[in-house]
Amino acid sequence: MADLPKDLAANPTLSRWIRVHADGMIDVSVGKVELGQGIVTALAQIAADELGVELATIRMIPAGTDGPDEGFTAGSMSIMDSGSALRMAAASVRARFTAAAGNPIFSYADLAGSVDLDVPAEPDAPLRSQDTAVGNAVGNAVGSDVQRLDLPDKVFGRPRYIHDLRLPGQLFGRVIRPPSRGARLIAVEGLPGSDGITVVRDGSFLGVVGADEATAVRAADDVRKAARWAEHDSLPDEGELDKFLRAGPHETIELADDGTDPPDDRPLRATYSRPFIAHASMAPSCGTAVWTGPGRVDVWSHSQGVHPLGRAIAAALGLDPAGVRVQHVEGAGCYGHNAADDAAFDAVLLARAVPGRPVQVLWSRQDELAWAPFGSAMTADVAATLSPEGKLSSWRYDVYSQGHTARPGYAGVPGLLAATFVENPAAYPAAVDPSAASGYGSTRNALPGYDLPRRRVTGHRLLASPIRSSAMRALGAYLNVFAIESFMDEAALVAGRDPLEFRLAHLSDPRGRRVLTAAARAAGWGRPVPEGVGLGLGYARYKGRGAYCAVVAEVETEADIRVRALTIAVDVGQVVNPDGVRNQIEGGAVQSASWTLTERVRFNRRHVTSDTWETYPILTFSQVPSVAVTIVDSGAEKSVGAGEAAQGPTAGAIGNAVAAAVGVRVRDLPLTTEAVVAAIERGG
Amino acid sequence: MVSIVVNGAPRAIDADPDTPLLYVLRNDLGLMGARFGCGLGLCGACFVQVDGVPVPSCDTPVWSLEGKSVVTIEGLTPHPVQQAFLDEQAAQCGYCVTGIIMSAAALLDRDPRPTAPTVARALDKHLCRCGAQQRMIRAVVKAGERMTAAPETGVAAGGEFDG
Repeated sequence: MADLPKDLAANPTLSRWIRVHADGMIDVSVGKVELGQGIVTALAQIAADELGVELATIRMIPAGTDGPDEGFTAGSMSIMDSGSALRMAAASVRARFTAAAGNPIFSYADLAGSVDLDVPAEPDAPLRSQDTAVGNAVGNAVGSDVQRLDLPDKVFGRPRYIHDLRLPGQLFGRVIRPPSRGARLIAVEGLPGSDGITVVRDGSFLGVVGADEATAVRAADDVRKAARWAEHDSLPDEGELDKFLRAGPHETIELADDGTDPPDDRPLRATYSRPFIAHASMAPSCGTAVWTGPGRVDVWSHSQGVHPLGRAIAAALGLDPAGVRVQHVEGAGCYGHNAADDAAFDAVLLARAVPGRPVQVLWSRQDELAWAPFGSAMTADVAATLSPEGKLSSWRYDVYSQGHTARPGYAGVPGLLAATFVENPAAYPAAVDPSAASGYGSTRNALPGYDLPRRRVTGHRLLASPIRSSAMRALGAYLNVFAIESFMDEAALVAGRDPLEFRLAHLSDPRGRRVLTAAARAAGWGRPVPEGVGLGLGYARYKGRGAYCAVVAEVETEADIRVRALTIAVDVGQVVNPDGVRNQIEGGAVQSASWTLTERVRFNRRHVTSDTWETYPILTFSQVPSVAVTIVDSGAEKSVGAGEAAQGPTAGAIGNAVAAAVGVRVRDLPLTTEAVVAAIERGG
Repeated sequence: MVSIVVNGAPRAIDADPDTPLLYVLRNDLGLMGARFGCGLGLCGACFVQVDGVPVPSCDTPVWSLEGKSVVTIEGLTPHPVQQAFLDEQAAQCGYCVTGIIMSAAALLDRDPRPTAPTVARALDKHLCRCGAQQRMIRAVVKAGERMTAAPETGVAAGGEFDG
């Protein structure tokens, strides 16, 4: 008997996933959530095909704590985990209907009332996706460019986001954050009375609730002015992040140690770094909550994981988890652990002051950029040797980083921002790293995909930090791939070899070779370029076992550093929605270009100062490169996620293209015009 | 009380005159298509047209709108640029899209056949974090081409939408 896919084994009852109605509509519930990545559409395609129905009969139900628990929607695992679970659940449902009909051709509507789905999934149900003879003839959505199911609402401006939620009797809440990290609220003095405004204070957690949103915003400003705080310096020196990250104490993560000393070849070494990076989603985080009775609270959130969020809220307040219900509502784009969960908990705390009334909390842009978790700053040392034949003969890599996950429930704490401010605050230990099985964090992609002898690869995760870091798109892979790919070009230069040829000489994986050569061919690798223009390559297989991605960047360096074009080849295994894959790769590459060229969280010793779009700029329309994506067909290889594959290779390609254009290597991100000019003036 | 025409209908707005238009649209008039993004007019998610000009509604106080005409995405719908966005799947999370469509529609009013660089410049007041900019630029260029095509070969403006 075959094993059930992991998420189906954890939630085996079929009716939790699929419900068939007499009108022929089929409700599909999943534990994965729409984050702007199009996953709900892709999962609908999988369900339709496996059930053997038209896509239009599938109704995707937003995730909630009443539905299957699939943990977090993260790590580019949704197609693999939820897709495989849903496919098997659908196959089981179809098998039960086939049995009831006594015929593989049947009508779901006719049998809806007579087939019991409150039963466990059947591990040996035949998969229609593997043998179309086993079921209805319709259902060929997988592999086609199905349009996103959620986009019409968004393009026509219909209410759809959590921000648009208006429940009966709903009030508006705003939270007043401390003026600096670690500040403690002493008093709120001389507060001007404001009609219909409730001020909520619990320790250093401070907020307001009112019936009118604009009035609540003004009241929050008044309370901010009236609050007195005890403040102290708590943040590291932004100009000395390298030293801060190296100082420790650290957890040591051994990834590879081939146990032999480097040969007596030509030594090469270099150090690369990235700053803290903000999620900077277009919408500030939002949450709504209503206390329906003692110990009972209903929550609406754009969280990546409604079940873990519910458990974390219960833990923070000492409630029975059964009393906390969480419903997912779409928010703006989510690129990792942002402030969605925090905003939900803010709403829970504010709503406690007005039992029975729903309270919607919306963060300010400033709080979103300053108080949401950041992607960690990192620094990496590469030391290698180059043989006389021009091949790498040893490889040593050490990466220093804060942890990359502090999601709700991590390290045995709630992991919710406001829980650390209340009268009896929860601990907020430094972020941890995902397990090896989940693809690591600081050391994600620290092991190069190249054939290298005498490797020693070690991660050093910082065990304490006053700066909150957590998962952001690709986690450590962004810096690790930037460092490895930059170094490959630096080594190729010393060896006097072409960067593409040098990579291929160290890469035996045929799928890796295919994407590299496909991207190079599409970009016209090797063509002559004018003065001041450069081409650069970047390549990685995400997590060492996910999508293969190769990028060629073309940059020009006339006035500013400008990325003109990104030419990308990607292999994600079997493709569920080709245009969805292209969209994810394009978006990932553009976002990575923005991180690589401009982004850096700024702070002084007390607080984050990059808290508007002027102080935390991202690429504008005129600055965004053109992106061309080739999907390399790898036949029946299993599907892997596309959302994070381009982050590292794009950064590597841009860094290498800048070096090719100006003849000088910049190793510290971001590659701003100022940084490149400074490097040229130093003479490289 | 401030008198404003919203999507063609006269409205008497009974709010503190300093209230940003965005809150009035979303909470008093039930028009949710303009989004809150930053509150400082720096991201473009809240754009509406005032007398045909795209402006950020998050930092436009209602007192400044006396006697003016406001068009929101709900009033613009259906517009060919929306269909072009769907054809190109020119969005990921979509939060920035309605503001961008308001600016794109205003651009097409004054320049019916913009080039891609012209579209990019016209949208530089808008941010998109998901990285769908090139698809959006393509969608606006194609919408312009379609709107100016001869009626027998092209799609009449607003002709094929169900809103």
